[in-house]
Amino acid sequence: MTATATPAKAEVKTRATPAERRATVIGTVMVLLAVFVFWVFGLGLESGVRSTFNLSLPGERFQNLVWEVNAQWLSFVVAAIMAFLGGLVLRRSHVKWTNVALAIGLGLFALGFLTWAAAEGSFSLVGMLRSTVLLSVPVTLGALSGLMCERVAVINIAIEGQLLTAAFVGTILGSAWGIWAGLIGAMVTGALLGAVLAVLSIRYRIDQIIAGVVINIFALGLTSFLARRVLSQAPDLNSPGRFTSIKIPILGDIPVIGSMFFDHNIFVYAMFLLIIALHFGLFYTRWGLRSRSVGEHPKAADTVGINVYRVRYRNVILGGVIAGFGGAFLTLAQVSRFEENLTAGIGFIGLAAMIFGRWRPLGVLGAGLVFGFARALQQKLGILGTPIPSEFLSMTPYIVTIIVVAGVVGRARPPAADGQPYIKD
Amino acid sequence: MKLELKGITKQFPGVLANDNVNLSIGEGEIVALLGENGAGKSTLMNILYGLYTPTSGEVLIDNQPLELHSPGDAIAAGIGMVHQHFMLVPVFTVAENVILGDEPTKRIGWLDARRARKMVKEISGRYSLDVDPDAIIEDLPVGIQQRVEIIKVLAREARFVVFDEPTSVLTPNEVEGFFEIVAGLKADGKGIIFISHKLGEALEIADRIVIMRRGKTVAEVLPEEVDEEKLAELMVGRPVDLVVHREEAKPADVVLSVENLVVLDDRLQRAVDGLSLEVRAGEIVGIAGVQGNGQTELVESLTGLRTSLGGVVRLNGEDITTKSPRAIHKRNVAHVPEDRQKSGLVLPFTVTENIVLDSYYEAPVSRGVQMNWGAARDRAVRLVEEYDVRTPSVDVLVSTLSGGNQQKVIVAREFDRDVALVIASQPTRGIDVGSIEYIHSRIVQERDNQSAVLIVSSELDEIMALSDRILVMFEGKIAGEFDSSATPTEIGLAMLGSQGGLEAS
Ligand SMILES: Nc1ncnc2c1ncn2[C@@H]1O[C@H](COP(=O)(O)OP(=O)(O)OP(=O)(O)O)[C@@H](O)[C@H]1O
Ligand SMILES: [Mg+2]
Repeated sequence: MTATATPAKAEVKTRATPAERRATVIGTVMVLLAVFVFWVFGLGLESGVRSTFNLSLPGERFQNLVWEVNAQWLSFVVAAIMAFLGGLVLRRSHVKWTNVALAIGLGLFALGFLTWAAAEGSFSLVGMLRSTVLLSVPVTLGALSGLMCERVAVINIAIEGQLLTAAFVGTILGSAWGIWAGLIGAMVTGALLGAVLAVLSIRYRIDQIIAGVVINIFALGLTSFLARRVLSQAPDLNSPGRFTSIKIPILGDIPVIGSMFFDHNIFVYAMFLLIIALHFGLFYTRWGLRSRSVGEHPKAADTVGINVYRVRYRNVILGGVIAGFGGAFLTLAQVSRFEENLTAGIGFIGLAAMIFGRWRPLGVLGAGLVFGFARALQQKLGILGTPIPSEFLSMTPYIVTIIVVAGVVGRARPPAADGQPYIKD
Repeated sequence: MKLELKGITKQFPGVLANDNVNLSIGEGEIVALLGENGAGKSTLMNILYGLYTPTSGEVLIDNQPLELHSPGDAIAAGIGMVHQHFMLVPVFTVAENVILGDEPTKRIGWLDARRARKMVKEISGRYSLDVDPDAIIEDLPVGIQQRVEIIKVLAREARFVVFDEPTSVLTPNEVEGFFEIVAGLKADGKGIIFISHKLGEALEIADRIVIMRRGKTVAEVLPEEVDEEKLAELMVGRPVDLVVHREEAKPADVVLSVENLVVLDDRLQRAVDGLSLEVRAGEIVGIAGVQGNGQTELVESLTGLRTSLGGVVRLNGEDITTKSPRAIHKRNVAHVPEDRQKSGLVLPFTVTENIVLDSYYEAPVSRGVQMNWGAARDRAVRLVEEYDVRTPSVDVLVSTLSGGNQQKVIVAREFDRDVALVIASQPTRGIDVGSIEYIHSRIVQERDNQSAVLIVSSELDEIMALSDRILVMFEGKIAGEFDSSATPTEIGLAMLGSQGGLEAS
């Protein structure tokens, strides 16, 4: 042995790592939530009260499927599992699983909450799940648009403006020449705004945030002005038709899942296809490899003969098309009329969903569904009439956004060159 | 097959980087390109690779002029380049980096991962590079990353390969391996241009040595005709003293003491694992070791850039374990970071701004809320003069300086005050012999002024030339201690993890 070699097993007393500190915080929050569930949802109810969840919608093939539970009893079970999970997280022995435990815990919390809200009454669970999917569409499409751009290192904060303008153009063209014309018009509008963002940030190297904000302000101003001037004068320009649901045979008849996924308009199906296409496209094709290289290390891409600017232009414009498609959903499927500032921040929530989804298509889908769930919850609870003031309910999606962006999910790694213009010597 | 550069001139704003340069390389020939920092070597190579357009002059293959507008054109003409700063996507696998830009695909652009992997394995086997195609780049040591760069070039069937300072990031063992690879390429008939600041290397592998000074080629010699002294003189234009002169050290009080330090790396592994050491005033302690044994994390932790997980760091008896980088800096600790572009400089700032980066908030550079740019500039001008930084003025962006000159800006900034402790990682990486002489003498001078000096370098020669005491770091611990009379073999063994060093003393 040498004089300086330290004894092999000298355990040094150590401070907590960031991941461990995070686990402590999250574990504590979970235990507190468990106590809350126990106290408010459990003890707050009379024993023997039952909650009824409807598992079928009117007009479905299988009718009158219901799930009836003892509300108090379920709350206690939920509280117990949450406390157990929280305890596991607090032990910090498997820090990697913190997020999984958190996700399960929050899901349980939602279940406990619904049971409490539906106590002594019935609640359409399928209805809410179906709304979740529907309401996630614009958020997910917005997030995919952001993802297309940020994967090549252009920050697209203009999603909001792209959605709004596309929704407006879709309304007008849809009213004049039919919904398909509206859809195409909306996508072209998205592409044009994407091109504006691309030119400003790639060619003129204007700060990408500022370029995006400018587009948003322009979009809001223009559409509001035109809506007041034109649409209010010519109401028939503000009533496009709607893309209706197309039920997929057999699959559409499966209880719960059928209504959730297989009885929707084309936007929903297209969204799922797009997610799959982008997932494989990004990670298994030449296009994806080149796009990601441009977002991570543009100079390296340049030195192997890839045209960095061309790749950026292409993807930013494609991102615009996706946002345009999302905008069309708003006025050609969800509602069939345009209103001032109809998007009300969906584009920004989409941006948050992109971060939450860690710049991955499948992650974005999950994130989109979480936001969709938050909005569906807000709507259905309004109908149920809980003691919670409706103002608080309408805050839900935004609160979820703030919590998500503040880093509940831990630090994700954006593309390394994100936001940086590429300058060739 | 012959590659020729004819009458190449490149004018940057304020700098004539290349001035009518002629150079030719034949098949199976290794040409070493030497020259001071800022002589114009990288510029010349970037022109050859299509990254810069020359102001005038042309590139020919077999007397046919080439149109080089982008690296794509150079690649198509059979020219490959391994850059001074690697061009690899850190989050990609080896195979993905190799195929990028020239991907084997099936229908609809679907990547043929199997073929990519096979290609990497095949090339890696042919030149005994031993690289795993599925490894992620950022997990690999620099030596292996360089091999990936070489595979990249070979996969594109380059006939001429440029290596811009390939050895400055390698350990002695890796350099040996690299030379074998280059010999293999040569035997395969590839023409090679090799840039280095290490004269011995040029003498060892080159068939021909070309020397540049201030944008011009000033000499062309055969390795048999010259020795290191002669080469150094040709490069710098004056005789250079290649040996470090220093008196016996007179160690005084302990300045830096580290006890049981534990530091995590970015992947949350214990990079520094219960390490203890001491550095006294008036001595130079060198930390040798193969890169990736925790040196980076150790230095980052000592300078406050990375929070440690456990252990205590004391400076002159005061506990500084959890102090901020500025607080540590204010206690007169100088830090020359390992990666000059990442943590040493703000590249889009001017030379002046970088020089005052550590003192902008103090008089005389600051007047309360207002900057005193006059004073800042004076300081920059003085240091540029003193450290021989080659730059057209102190007002140019530091990113336009050559690699070695960027390094000098950092050294100048850090040494230009009264320091109690110097922590320097790879202090002379990429610096030419003339300037190494100066920087080494400055380090010894700091020691003689009773500063404590901690040098971390993967270059054993540098460690041995400077250190009064040598510590070998292996897997996050000190694996051996030697005094300056130890032989490179002994230290080299310890670097590979075998026990060695002074018996209990
Ligand atoms: N993009 C640029 N803009 C302006 N000046 C530049 C640029 N690139 C290089 N220069 C200048 O050209 C000169 C030659 O630089 P170059 O990088 O070719 O030197 P080098 O011989 O490779 O030096 P080193 O050994 O330090 O790497 C330097 O004075 C540098 O400041
Ligand atoms: Mg250089």
